[in-house]
Amino acid sequence: MTAPLLEARGLEKSFGANRVLRGIDVVVPAGSVTCLIGPSGSGKTTVLRSLNGLEHPEVGTVRVGDVAVDWATRPDARAVARLRGQSGMVFQAHNLFPHMTVLDNVTSGPVFAQGRPRAEAQQEARELLARVGLADKADAFPVQLSGGQQQRVGIARALATRPKVVLFDEPTSALDPELVGEVLQVMQSLAAEGWTMVVVTHEMRFARQVADQVLFLDGGVVVEQGPPSEVLVDPREPRTRQFLQRLLDPL
Amino acid sequence: MSAIDWDLVRSSLWPLARELLRGTLPLTAISFVLGLTLAVLVALMRLSGNRLISAPARAYVSVIRGTPLLLQLFIIFFGLPELGIKFDPWPAAILGLTLNVGAYASEAVRGAILAVPRGQWEAAMTVGMSRVTTLRRVVLPQAARIAVPSLSNTLISLVKDTSLVAVVTVTELLRQAQIIAGQTFEYFTLYGVAAVYYWVVCLVLSFGQTRLETRLSRHVAA
Ligand SMILES: Nc1ncnc2c1ncn2[C@@H]1O[C@H](COP(=O)(O)OP(=O)(O)OP(=O)(O)O)[C@@H](O)[C@H]1O
Ligand SMILES: [Mg+2]
Repeated sequence: MTAPLLEARGLEKSFGANRVLRGIDVVVPAGSVTCLIGPSGSGKTTVLRSLNGLEHPEVGTVRVGDVAVDWATRPDARAVARLRGQSGMVFQAHNLFPHMTVLDNVTSGPVFAQGRPRAEAQQEARELLARVGLADKADAFPVQLSGGQQQRVGIARALATRPKVVLFDEPTSALDPELVGEVLQVMQSLAAEGWTMVVVTHEMRFARQVADQVLFLDGGVVVEQGPPSEVLVDPREPRTRQFLQRLLDPL
Repeated sequence: MSAIDWDLVRSSLWPLARELLRGTLPLTAISFVLGLTLAVLVALMRLSGNRLISAPARAYVSVIRGTPLLLQLFIIFFGLPELGIKFDPWPAAILGLTLNVGAYASEAVRGAILAVPRGQWEAAMTVGMSRVTTLRRVVLPQAARIAVPSLSNTLISLVKDTSLVAVVTVTELLRQAQIIAGQTFEYFTLYGVAAVYYWVVCLVLSFGQTRLETRLSRHVAA
């Protein structure tokens, strides 16, 4: 059996006295989709941001492909940057660069960070934009797009650096309900193409249909994990059951 | 008897305009460009986590903002030569004005950099940009928009502050008005014309500021 593409072991992280991650393992095989679910404040975002070094855990290791960091050794900025280079990230608030066109947003990583030729990067960016259904928006500015379109640009920008894994932090939570579908559809088709994805989400239908594995977090630990048919349909842990129950019936 | 001598107004229009064009305006432009460069540098130093870097920047801003520009010009032109550091009038004037712009503008630039949302830094880092590239491509362009109103005020103050460099024997608009007034004793007329010139320059700059603000806010949600 080949080693998993992404492997995080024993992640621990505190904010002051608040122990947010208490020993988290995440193992992601190449070409698979992992969904992180759990109540607000359970540490989902912190886990995701630890995988690309936007947060620095105190303890634990993260390996993506052949780049590994051991957080306990306080890796320097260069080591963290190398780890970060292995992944792309899609933010809840899209964080597009407002002063750049859609095309320039997508080519920003390849051109400004990877030093690839602009013409080549632009050609590839146009293909990515077509891929997310925005071929005609290349010259628009982010403010001129709908929330769903902005988030699809965010996805194209994340893919443009050719990452090994794409991290999504609640990519549809800030969207009007009628715009959620277009973004989830793009993500579903990426999964079908074989992209490796780690997705923090509250969209249980997406998790059930697309995820290969689901991790349920609560209080900084992984309470339960497995294929969605188990974790989401027939959970073993009472805490998981309670969480899913509340999602189904918020009142 | 009228306070304004219209023949003198007409005959002094060009001599004053000439000193506006070869004194006031170049002094303003050169000091502003140099001062702005200094301001960005000082703002970045102040934002550094390293106290050895941020402390000198903080001290510089404090001293410049805490003492009169006129006094700073005296020290540069008349004081420093006693320590063996001599400047010609123009370099002394440019140095004084640049240090002044650098200090005031650095506060505006620092505030503007801090006002760029953290998510912009994070997004730039996740596409692989270094800190320097992030500053140059993502943060400073957005900070520039935020800083325009306050930097415009600095520029407009600078136009008027250039009149102080007469004390280090640089001839500019006000000095020229003084000279002609001294010969003709028509103080009201000469200083009146000079005032109109300053005012017109500042009006033009204010107009430019409005245009620039509109242009830069094009791509930003209301
Ligand atoms: N930068 C920070 N400083 C201090 N505390 C933080 C910081 N980031 C997160 N926390 C705390 O860490 C805990 C976990 O936060 P995290 O954002 O990982 O949760 P989450 O599962 O993503 O929640 P949500 O569903 O609301 O996004 C929370 O108690 C939060 O208040
Ligand atoms: Mg979160």
